[in-house]
Amino acid sequence: MDGYDKLVPSPTPETQPYWDGLNEGRLRLQCCADCGKIRHYPRPVCDACWSMNVDWVNASGRGTVHSWTITHYAFHPGFKGDLPYILLTVDLPEGVRMNAQARGIDASQLRVGLPVVVAFDRVKDDLTLPVFEAG
Amino acid sequence: MAMGSSLREAGAITGVGETKYLRGTDRSALSFQLEASLNAIRDAGLKPSDIDGLIPYGHGAVAEDFITNFGIKDLRFSATTPMGGASAVASIQCALAVIQAGICNHVLLSLGRTGYSGGRIGTRVQQMPQFRVIGEFEMPLGAIAPAQLYAPMARRHMELYGTTSRQLAEIAVTTRYHASLQTNATMKNPITIEDHQSSRMISDPLHLLDCSLESDGGAAVVISALDRAKDMAKRPIMVMGVAEGHPDSPSAITQRPDLTTLGLAKAAPKAFAMAGVTHSDIDVAEVYDCFTYIVMCQLEDLGFCKKGEGGAFVQDGALGLNGRLPVNTHGGLLSQAHMAGMNHIVELARQLRGEAAAQVPDAEIGLVTGYGDMGDGALAIMRRA
Repeated sequence: MDGYDKLVPSPTPETQPYWDGLNEGRLRLQCCADCGKIRHYPRPVCDACWSMNVDWVNASGRGTVHSWTITHYAFHPGFKGDLPYILLTVDLPEGVRMNAQARGIDASQLRVGLPVVVAFDRVKDDLTLPVFEAG
Repeated sequence: MAMGSSLREAGAITGVGETKYLRGTDRSALSFQLEASLNAIRDAGLKPSDIDGLIPYGHGAVAEDFITNFGIKDLRFSATTPMGGASAVASIQCALAVIQAGICNHVLLSLGRTGYSGGRIGTRVQQMPQFRVIGEFEMPLGAIAPAQLYAPMARRHMELYGTTSRQLAEIAVTTRYHASLQTNATMKNPITIEDHQSSRMISDPLHLLDCSLESDGGAAVVISALDRAKDMAKRPIMVMGVAEGHPDSPSAITQRPDLTTLGLAKAAPKAFAMAGVTHSDIDVAEVYDCFTYIVMCQLEDLGFCKKGEGGAFVQDGALGLNGRLPVNTHGGLLSQAHMAGMNHIVELARQLRGEAAAQVPDAEIGLVTGYGDMGDGALAIMRRA
C-alpha cells in the first residue's frame, strides 16, 4: 500500500500522544499530573504515587549514550537494507531512557556518555520514528 | 520436615524424561511434549493416570491434551507460570506449593516444541503478550529479537567492567565440550575460542556462537509429595530451596535502573536461605544459557562472584567438569538443545542421581536456574536423598 515494510506500532489511547508528538517533531514524555514524576514508556499509572492523572511535557531532546548494539542480522525482512545498524540506549536528562537508531554516528565513536540529540525521521505518512545524531 | 510456610523439601523430583533432540522434524510439538511426559512418568515408576497436577510450559499442550491422552480421571490442578525461559524452574515452586497445600501428589512439568522446524523463535517473540511494550516502542525501531534486546546489557557490562568477548567464548567452548560427551545433543563438534571469535556477528557484541539453538523435541519432570517419593522407582532428588524473581522494569530492559542485574538477583538470597546451603556447597550448576552473557551475569547474580567479576570467574575452563564450578554439564541451550531450561532440570536430577552422561564425581548438591523474557529469573537448589 504505502510501501513501508517494517514493523509498525499499534498505539493505545494512553500512548497516542507520544506518537502524535513525534509526528509534530516533538519528543513528548508522560508526566504524573499529581507528583510530577516523568515516566517512559507511556502507561496508565504513576508507579510513585499511583495517580492516573497524566500530563505531557516536551523533552529537551538531548541525551547521553548508556549502551548500544550494532545489528548485523535482519530479524525482520524490512530491516535488511539497513544492515548494519546501531541501536542506542540513551539516558535523557529527564530521568528516563530511550531506544532509537543512530544516524550519522560511526561505530568507532561509540562510548558510554557520548552526547546525542534526538531527530525525527518521518518514515511514512502517519509514522515518525525518533533517531539520535551526535550532539 | 520443615513446617509452616517454607517449601523446603516439600517434594522431590521423582521422574525425568526427554525425547531425542533434533534440528528438523515432521512431528508436532504436542507429540514431543506427550512423549517426553510419558518418559518422565515411566522413569518415576508411575502410570500416566497417576498424574494429578499439570504445569505445562506456556504456548504448548494444555490440561485437556493430557486428560484426553493419558486418561486422567481426577486432575486436581492445572496452571502455567508465564516467565519465558524462567517458567520451568518457577513451576517447581508452584508444584511444591500445591503439593504442600495437599492438593496434589504428582505434578507433571512438561515442554514440547518445534523451535527449529516450526515457527522460528526469533519471529515468534513479536506475537507474545508480555512483549506488548517493546512491540510498540522498540520493535518498530529495529530492536526485535532477544539477541538485540540483550546485547546492550552485555555491552554495558563490557564498558563498565572490562568484560571481553573472549571471556564469553569460554562459556560457549566449555558448553560445547559437555555436549560432545552426550548421546542426546544436537551440536557435538568441539569448538575453540577462535571459532567463537570468527563466527559471524549477530548483534554486537553477540556472535553466532554466543546464541542458543533452535530445536525440536520435548522434556518433562515429575515432582512428587515427599511421602510418595520415598517409595518410587528412582532415588528422589529433594528440592531444598526454590524462588522466582522479577527484575525492575520487566517489560523493557531499556528502562531498567541497572542493565547488568537480572530478576535472579532477587530470587537467589531467598532460595539459598531456604536451602540452608552456601555457594561452596554447590557441586554442579545448570544455568539457563540462551546467550553466553546471560550465564555469566547469572553467576554474578547468584553470588558466585561479585558484580563485574563474572568474566574472570568463567575463564580458564572454570566451568568444566573439573573446574571450580561445573556448569551446563549436558551442553545446555547453546549446544544440547533449546528446551527452555526443562532440559536443565532433567540434567540436574541425573547429576544428583549419579546417572549423567558427563558425570560430576560424587555430586551431592546442585542448582538450576531459569531466565526468561526481559529478565525474569528462578532458582532451585536440590540434593540427592
